[in-house]
Amino acid sequence: MDFDLMFTSFPKLLGATVVTLKLLSVSLIFGLFIGLLFAILRLNKNIFINKFAYGYSYVFRGTPLLVQIFIIYFGLGQIEYLRSTFLWVILKEPYWCAIIAFTLNTGAYTSEILRSAFQTIKPGIIEAGKSLGISNKIIFYKIQIPIAIRQSLPAYGNEIILMMKGTSLASTVTLMDLTGVAKYIISTTFKPIEVFIVAGGIYLFMTFIIHNVIKYLEKKYSFQ
Amino acid sequence: MELLAFGKTGWGDELFYATLMTIAVSVTAMFIGFFFALIFTPLKLSKYKSLNLIGNFYTTVIRGVPELLVIYLFFFGGSGAIMYVASIFGYFEYIEINAFITGSMAIGIISGAYSTEVFRGAIQSIDKGQFEAAKVLGVGKFAQFYKIILPQMLRLAIPNLSNVWQITLKDTSLISVTGLVEIMRQSYIAAGSTRDPLFFYSFAAVLYLLLTYLSMKLINRLEARYSRGY
Repeated sequence: MDFDLMFTSFPKLLGATVVTLKLLSVSLIFGLFIGLLFAILRLNKNIFINKFAYGYSYVFRGTPLLVQIFIIYFGLGQIEYLRSTFLWVILKEPYWCAIIAFTLNTGAYTSEILRSAFQTIKPGIIEAGKSLGISNKIIFYKIQIPIAIRQSLPAYGNEIILMMKGTSLASTVTLMDLTGVAKYIISTTFKPIEVFIVAGGIYLFMTFIIHNVIKYLEKKYSFQ
Repeated sequence: MELLAFGKTGWGDELFYATLMTIAVSVTAMFIGFFFALIFTPLKLSKYKSLNLIGNFYTTVIRGVPELLVIYLFFFGGSGAIMYVASIFGYFEYIEINAFITGSMAIGIISGAYSTEVFRGAIQSIDKGQFEAAKVLGVGKFAQFYKIILPQMLRLAIPNLSNVWQITLKDTSLISVTGLVEIMRQSYIAAGSTRDPLFFYSFAAVLYLLLTYLSMKLINRLEARYSRGY
């Protein structure tokens, strides 16, 4: 066991953790909006809108995240037309490509989580709102959305942890996130176990924090 | 379309074999995962705190650390570990492990952590009375598990195991970083030599979708089979 290496690589890995956290937080925020949008589309009665939203979540949940990143990073650059538009400013950066892929991916999972949360809301609650003369819009924003968010907290907590692990794929498109730096140190020192312990420890610590924050929120917003 | 032709002119046959490789790795990894689950589920359910600790350590670490990091550990550390073990037995030559074995092991250990959780949940949700009734009737421990607990457990576990299968199948795409020629790696090679990444990565996505779709169909049948009588 090379403890010196563990000590010297720790600050480097901690620096890379900032990149991981940035990728995670930005894609989670965007992903939540997309997820909410598509969850609402899924509940729409129009069959085309409904099918479109279902197709989106099916494709993004049925294919590996790695394929999605590669299509966006390597694939979209191939379209000549895209290169001439302003979108190219974003798409030529691996950072934004990774963010787009993560956002779309977590959006798909989030939409499923929120959809099932919306569907588990008892009809009686909505009827009660209606009989009190509350408008549909306010029922949706003030009653359905808060209940759905509370319902989906445990599942969404898992999704955050899955997404945190997913950000490690950013290292495949040249980004130096926690896994990217870990791989770099491993391949230059050939000490995989030491680096794994430090990098894995940092990931576990983040998992631990996320887990407890969600647990706290669940308790705070429980119905009892 | 000629890009997908079989034979020397296209990438059809290469991608076909790559798909078979993905299936082979996924199935092997799934079985390795079952093997690990078989060891760690009893540990997690054991009365002894120290055994619980070992079981929890395995599932927590593996499920809390990115798959890619585990794969790098195996890829860079696998042959070193084997050589270290071999050196104890007096063998000092260089040993290289096949990418298939490294990949299946890495994905298998990940898959095993998820399977362990599924089995644990399934066993815990079986009514306590079933265990007690078996005991009262004098059924042996072995028969109790195979004839009474396992059939009931499978029914509860299959829907969640199908999720584990989906995760495992998608995780195999990450082994491409070790150079094993499965769908992702083959698409990478094809995209590089034809300069048409959009087509090949999209095609890879279609192949994965096809695999997940077909396996879901199969699993649904299995599910129906095991829920007979309910």
